[in-house]
Order: sequence, then structure tokens, then C-alpha cells
Amino acid sequence: MAAEQVKIVKEGLWGNNVALVQLLGLCPLLAVTGTFINGLGLGLATLLTLVVSNTAVSTIRHWIRPEVRIPVFVLIIASIVTTIELAMNAWFHELFLILGIFIPLIVTNCSIIARAEAFASKNSVLDSALDGFMMGSGFLLVLVTLGSLREIIGAGTLFANAHLIFGEGAKAITLTLGDDYPGFLLAVLPPGAFIGLGLLIAAKNHLDKRLASPKPALVGESPIGSGAS
Amino acid sequence: MLFSKADSPYLTTDSSVQSMMLKVVYALIPGALAMFWFFGWGVLFNLVIAIGVCLISEAAMLKLRRRPVRPALSDGSALVTACLLALALPPLAPWWLTTIASLFAIVVAKHLYGGLGFNPFNPAMVGYVVVMISFPREMTLWTPPTGVGEGWPDFIDTVSLVFGSGAAADLDIDAITMATPMDTFKTQIGLAYDKAYIEAHSVHGQIYTFVSGVGWEWINGLYLLGGIWLIRQRVVDIRLPLSFLISLIVIANLFAVIDYSSYPSALFHCFSGGTMLAAFFIITDPVSASTTPKGRIIYAAGIAAITYVIRTWGGYPDGIAFAVLLMNMAVPLLDHYTQPRTYGETGGSK
Repeated sequence: MAAEQVKIVKEGLWGNNVALVQLLGLCPLLAVTGTFINGLGLGLATLLTLVVSNTAVSTIRHWIRPEVRIPVFVLIIASIVTTIELAMNAWFHELFLILGIFIPLIVTNCSIIARAEAFASKNSVLDSALDGFMMGSGFLLVLVTLGSLREIIGAGTLFANAHLIFGEGAKAITLTLGDDYPGFLLAVLPPGAFIGLGLLIAAKNHLDKRLASPKPALVGESPIGSGAS
Repeated sequence: MLFSKADSPYLTTDSSVQSMMLKVVYALIPGALAMFWFFGWGVLFNLVIAIGVCLISEAAMLKLRRRPVRPALSDGSALVTACLLALALPPLAPWWLTTIASLFAIVVAKHLYGGLGFNPFNPAMVGYVVVMISFPREMTLWTPPTGVGEGWPDFIDTVSLVFGSGAAADLDIDAITMATPMDTFKTQIGLAYDKAYIEAHSVHGQIYTFVSGVGWEWINGLYLLGGIWLIRQRVVDIRLPLSFLISLIVIANLFAVIDYSSYPSALFHCFSGGTMLAAFFIITDPVSASTTPKGRIIYAAGIAAITYVIRTWGGYPDGIAFAVLLMNMAVPLLDHYTQPRTYGETGGSK
């Protein structure tokens, strides 16, 4: 049993990462990762949706007829996302305004229905919840990494607007690279998201390749991303 | 009796990549000198920085990709990219701007796509567009040309502007830079002034001439001469520049005839901004341009049309870089639909 859970964790965070390997949910991923906090906000919402939807689908998996399973999954996911949307509107109103349409659009995030269909409808409730949590965390990590990179390069800050999630006290944790940093607009604009994600995927594939080969790597080999991002 | 037998093609000229690229660089020299004469030391700094960064990053990428460094480095393609990029950037561009543009040109646009011969986009234009959309303010740092106002800053001031913030020399950036004729025209038209008024009232004195703008007519004229030499050397296919210039003239004339007071003449369009540099040196890039005869004509005409649209109604003063990249995207399609008929082939057999 334990080995299986370890596998779920590894698959979700790295081996079968939603964003870097399955390349699912790219629309919100590319659109909202302009800053760390935006990435974190959408990542948490997606994570929560994945956990609840996986748990719910797994709970009722014995009673759904296979012919109607997809509409039922969609219905469940849509209800969960609506609830989360209303909750964010109530408690994180400013963040809700920034993320805008991408919160309701979590419904259409392929990774959620993919996990419901491929995992939750075939596995136990606990395993499904764990899978949802790990897949969501993998997605969250990529969102946050891409958001931080784009924020640092594009605007020269990190954790800007942290008070939107962590309350007024968090305003102090915003870091800046210096006042005369000109700002590299490309990183904040959509092309920056595509280039950044491409470089992250390249870096991951490079790491995998390196881990897979036991031989010592050649001198001068480094992830392509480090020089160009 | 022995005959010395040579196989076709019976070429007498040396047509290696290196000789082609070097000819392109030679042809750029007159225009570059004119630019140095009119815009000062900054042009020289841009060239030195761009060439240095391009060659170093080319060597580094070749090493990372485990390719032989020396042959690829000495083919001159990185040198041409560096020169085109440097001549497109404003003369007072800070050193890091030129560095970022050069890095993007070589590392991202060229080597991440597979190196010389595999890049779908013109590397110099990718580098230019990246800094154009990322640092719009720094991209306006053009000096007044020789003969307008006080002209360009001296050597020491230029060094402090390019490598520092200009604070050391106590320079006011607004006093030593000015908008290019094209940029001025665009802003003023936006403010509902007409052409005659704009030409008579420019801030730093007379910057418009009968042809286009002070300095720009010479720079473009010398690029035109260099380009004609390149055509005679058979480095450049005449279809590309000819189609580009004719299309630009036709479109510009069309609008100028309709409303002469708010659309500049075709002459102005041909001898302003980067028109001639684009016509003979940028759109003729053998890798990213279309390869079929008909495709080349459509490709160049498309660039002219998009350039005109961006110059006239777009958000940027000059639109050549964007136009080139957009048409680069269309090249596979153009090449597919304009394959020349094979000798002896009859219609209908596909």
C-alpha cells in the first residue's frame, strides 16, 4: 500500500506533472502567471477543486452508469468551482477581481476532468484525494515558479500584492531588485509566459535525462534555460 | 588525349556561406559610415557591443550543442546578424539593451531553433522586437543628426550615456535626444496637425528635407548603393528588394494621392527609417525568406504592406521588424503553394 502512495506523490509532483508533462490547463497557466501571488491564488483554487472533485467522484464511482459518467463529472466539477468562486469573491475579493474569468474557467481545465476519469473513477477515496492533492500541488508549483520568474524578470519585484492573500501584514514581504530596474516587459507579456514555460519544460527534461544516466555529465553542460530566461 | 572534365554546375564564383556573408558586411559599410557621421559615437558602440556579444554567445551555444565552433563561427552569419541589429538600434541605446537584443537573436532565435539554416525567424529582427516591446523608452534614444540643433554628444558623453546612466556627465536626456522624423510625423499627425505644418515646425529646427529627413536620406541612399552592388554580385535575388520597394511605393502613393496633407509621400517612405536596410539586407536573409521565385515576390510585397500599415496606423514609428516576423510565419505556406513547375511537367498532375 505504502509504495502505491509514494508512486502517487511522485507522479503528481514530478513524473506526470500536469503542466510540465501532460501540458494540461495551459490557458490559465499562461494567462495569470504574471506575478507570484496571481499564480499562487489560481494554483490554490485549482488544488482545492482537484481534491474535492477527486474525492466526490471516487465516493460515488460505484453508482454512476458508465454511459453518463462524463456529464456527471462535469456537473460535480462545475458545482465545486462555483462554490470556490463565490468563496473567493467573499474573502479574497481583490484577488478575485485580478484573476477574473480564470476562476470560473477552472471548470474547463482538462486536468481536473482527466484525473476524475483516469484516476478517481477507478480508485479508493483516500488514494483519489491524495492524487488530487499531489496533481494540484504539482500544478501549483509550476504556477508559482513561472509567476516568480516572470515577476522578477519582468517587474523586478517578488511577492508584490502579497496582502491580497496573506492580509495587510504581508505588505512588508515584497522584495524589489532596486528602484532603477527598467523592467523587462516581454516577461510580463504573453510571449514571456510561452518562453518561460518552454524553458521550464526544457530544464525538467534535462534534469530527468541527467538523473537517468549514471555517467558523470560532460563539462560545460547546463540547462539551456539559465542563460536565456 | 585528355580532356579536363568538370561537372555541372559550372560556377566560377566562390559561393560559400562565408563569402556571401562577408559581401553583405562590405555592402553595409557605406551606410554604416553615413550613420556614424550623422548619429555619432553611439553607432560605433552599438556595433562593437553587438558583434562582441553575438560572437561570444554563438561560440557558447555551439559548444553547448557540441558542434564544431570554428567553422560555424567564421561563416560570418553571426557577424551579419550583429551588424543588422546594431544598425537598427538607436545610437544611445544603453549597453545592456544591445546585449539583451544580441543574446535573444543568437541564443533564442537562432540556436534554440537549430542554428543557421533552421531558424524560421530572422534573428536580428527577433532581437530588435524583443527590446522594442520590452523597453519602449530606451528605444527612443536617437540623437539629433549632424546639422540639426547641437548634433550628437561627444565621445565622453556618449560613453557615460551608453555605459552609465549619463549622470556622471550631468546630461539631460531630453536635451540630447530627439524623435526621428518618422516618429515626429506620427505623433504630430495624431495631434491633428497636417503635413505642411509638421515639416515647418519641428522642435530642434529643420529636420525634414525634400526627400525625407536630415541624414536619413543619405543613410538610406548608401544602403541602396550597397544593395545594388549585392545584386550585381548575385548575393541578393533582385525579386525581393524590387517587389518590396515597388509595393511600398504603390501603397504609399495611393494614400498620398488621396490625402496629401496627412500621408507622407512614397519618397519619404522609401528614404526614412529602415526601408533600404530592410529591402536589401533584412528581407533578403536566405534562411528565413521564401525560397521560390513567386513566393519571394509575395513575401516582399506582404512585408511592404504590413510595414506601411504599422507605420501609418500602428503603435510604433517603424514597423519593418514586425512585418518581417509576420511574413516569416507565412513562408512555409508561401513555399508550399508557389512551387515552380518542374520542367516537362504538365498541369493537373499532383
